Amino acid sequence: MTAATARVLDTANEGRMMAGVLAIMLFLTMLATAGGIGAARGAEALREALAGRATVQIVMADAASRKAIAARVLATLRIAPAVRRASPVPPAELARLLGPWLGDTATSADLPVPALIDIELAPRPDALAQVRAALSAITPAARVDAHADALAGTGTLLTTLTVLAGTTVVLMIAASAAVVLLAIRSTLGAHHTTIEIMHGLGATDAQVAQLFQRRIARDAGFGAAAGSVAAWGVILLLGQLAGVTRSQLLDGMTLGQSGWIAIIALPFAFVGFAATVAYVAVVRALGRVA
Amino acid sequence: MLEAAMPRVQRLWAMAAIVQFENVGLRYGHGEEVLRDITFALAAGAFYFLTGASGAGKTSLLRLLYLAQRPSRGVIRLFGSDVVTMPRARMPLLRRRIGVVYQDFRLIPHLSITDNVALPLRIAAVPEEEVREAVGEMLAWVGLGHRAAARPSTLSGGEQQRAAIARAVIARPDILLADEPTGNVDDAMADRLIQLFVSLNALGTTVVVATHDAQLLAQVPAAQTMRIAGGRLADPAGASRVPAWRERA
Repeated sequence: MTAATARVLDTANEGRMMAGVLAIMLFLTMLATAGGIGAARGAEALREALAGRATVQIVMADAASRKAIAARVLATLRIAPAVRRASPVPPAELARLLGPWLGDTATSADLPVPALIDIELAPRPDALAQVRAALSAITPAARVDAHADALAGTGTLLTTLTVLAGTTVVLMIAASAAVVLLAIRSTLGAHHTTIEIMHGLGATDAQVAQLFQRRIARDAGFGAAAGSVAAWGVILLLGQLAGVTRSQLLDGMTLGQSGWIAIIALPFAFVGFAATVAYVAVVRALGRVA
Repeated sequence: MLEAAMPRVQRLWAMAAIVQFENVGLRYGHGEEVLRDITFALAAGAFYFLTGASGAGKTSLLRLLYLAQRPSRGVIRLFGSDVVTMPRARMPLLRRRIGVVYQDFRLIPHLSITDNVALPLRIAAVPEEEVREAVGEMLAWVGLGHRAAARPSTLSGGEQQRAAIARAVIARPDILLADEPTGNVDDAMADRLIQLFVSLNALGTTVVVATHDAQLLAQVPAAQTMRIAGGRLADPAGASRVPAWRERA
């Protein structure tokens, strides 16, 4: 079907409303997609960061005993097969961590601050249990906290957000298809005579459908252009705001290269999807006519 | 001897007929039949008038001929194909062999006359260069060369009718169907349109003109006439109907 033939359906501004609705749909779809990708990558980054990491706390009131036990525990951990790496948390780092709550007193020798040892576990399923067993033989004052346990809730939240974003995208796609179908239904009615003329002149259903497909693709293209520019703007803005917070969690919530490719490709896929839905809908509608 | 020769005559006749209707009936929805027991054949290269009062069934018969409608019963063969059982997907190729001049012209209002007339060729995927050339020639032939860029709404009834004829014949159809083509024009224009149909017929196109204008019939003495009344062909002895051997069969 040539461009000249495509003019057969051209009438004034019929598709403006549909283009506007599709722009909003695409805008929301892109935000949901970006949010979903960010949350998924954030959850993955969190899992990678926390996997096999744990902190050993030695909680003793007497500073000298605490120091001695901490040294024994560290020596045991460094030779334990279940441990890859063990390093004490320096006092300065401890003071920095406690500073927001305790102020200058965080560095006071009178304060019974626990001794902390960061460990990286060997990649075996019973590593944590072995460490706990080894340390309980040395002192009951040693407590092992797996990082993954502490932030399990955050990971679950991010995974839930990912699923929610995915569901939103699917619903948006379904709603967009419904918008296209409604537009096609109304356009088919409005162009009933033209379709009859085209058929009378020997046009196939496919040729008629291509006219509507072009029209929907054009309107969806306008909508996609507006919606995607707005969405890209918002995504870039959110990225900048996330960067300013210097949050380790938000640092992991990036789109990455594949995410950006998906976000850039989405408007084009959206137009292709709308055009395909239009084509199939018209062919099916014409097929139902005698 | 004559009886023995009959099957051969039948075959030859069937080969020459480009349209055959056998006991065709048509009803819209659950209403009464608007066409009943229609049986006739159209020979290639002939000129026919389809006459009858308004509401007699002329337009319904034409709709069956240009495949806008399937019959409720009976058999219709077009160019040797049974169009009653034909799959919908095969219809367009047959329709491209039929030119139709509608009573209400059916020009697409927002397209220029050039684009309207070019439509059948563009649908048939004829190269654009050939389309432009053919449209130019066709518009000159119907006397609309100077209105090529005009929209249909700016044309007179006669000019629109000629544009509709140009669109109907530009793809060189095997059969041209015209529904009351002179209904909206004055006598002078009616004469001119009929002469256009006669010259097309002279080029080998089968022409069927539906009209209730009895004066028109006299202008084409060689034409055969089919009369329709109350949904039936009302002229059983008419030359346009099936040959005598078929009546006997």
